[in-house]
Amino acid sequence: MHRFANPARFMRVSTIVLPWVAIVTALVMVAGLVLGFRAPPDYQQGDTVKIMFIHVPAAWMSLFCYSSLAISSAIALIWRHPLAEIAAQQSAPLGAGFTAVCLITGSLWGAPMWGTWWVWDARLTSELVLFFLYLGYIALANAFDDPNRGVRAASVLALVGWINVPIIKFSVDWWNTIHQPASVIRMDGPKIASSILIPLLIMAIAFTLLFVVQLVVLMRAALIERKIRALRQLAAESASTEYGLAGTEASA
Amino acid sequence: MSDFFAMGGYAAYVWPAYAVAVIILGGLTLNAVLRYRAAVRELDTLQARRPGGSR
Repeated sequence: MHRFANPARFMRVSTIVLPWVAIVTALVMVAGLVLGFRAPPDYQQGDTVKIMFIHVPAAWMSLFCYSSLAISSAIALIWRHPLAEIAAQQSAPLGAGFTAVCLITGSLWGAPMWGTWWVWDARLTSELVLFFLYLGYIALANAFDDPNRGVRAASVLALVGWINVPIIKFSVDWWNTIHQPASVIRMDGPKIASSILIPLLIMAIAFTLLFVVQLVVLMRAALIERKIRALRQLAAESASTEYGLAGTEASA
Repeated sequence: MSDFFAMGGYAAYVWPAYAVAVIILGGLTLNAVLRYRAAVRELDTLQARRPGGSR
């Protein structure tokens, strides 16, 4: 695994793999949508179950992205690995996006089925807290003049905030809530008709692949931007030595 | 076909949900691609100015 964690190798491997992953992502997404829209309406919820095909995968992704953010932050803090730092920083806005999709589609589903757009119950509130954790991470990572210090402070926030992930997952069991309990990831197996379960799982795979594609593109961009900063600094330093303003070869 | 768009009377909830997903997830994807392209272009112009630099 560590062999792939070298920035230069990451650029080389991702150049070859990325287009294929992008194509597979699009195909899986189309398959999930086609199957989803052809699924029969639920006997209780009618056609609002169509919202589930984006709401539930987005909710899973909100937790998945946060876990990948926390794990990369831990690696960045412990081993100071540059690629882990970039992975953490770039997965934050993507996780915030999935969380926003989860919250908004949930609200659009709750309005007709629960008779309310929002309630301050355990599941909804903890998911909203997750959204603010993402925003807090992004704000903190960009709050310092020295980007390294900012990312390090934000990494600590990401790790502390990880406690929220199991709280969200088990909130429907621990507290009385309007939100329905888990129906897919449970000890005794899924409790959904396969006509709905299959498109749901395909959409979950599609969302995961989409996250991977977005993250790899953002990490490539961040690595190139880092190189640009280094080149700029080098150019500035050599210009100042040329004019004899500051710095010697020894100090550079 | 109009049955499909009516979504069993829930069109006002189903279609906005899909629109939000397309806007947010599509927007993030587009932003990533544009940022990557801008970075590649900027690096190319920087390196064109400094002969001998390689990517």
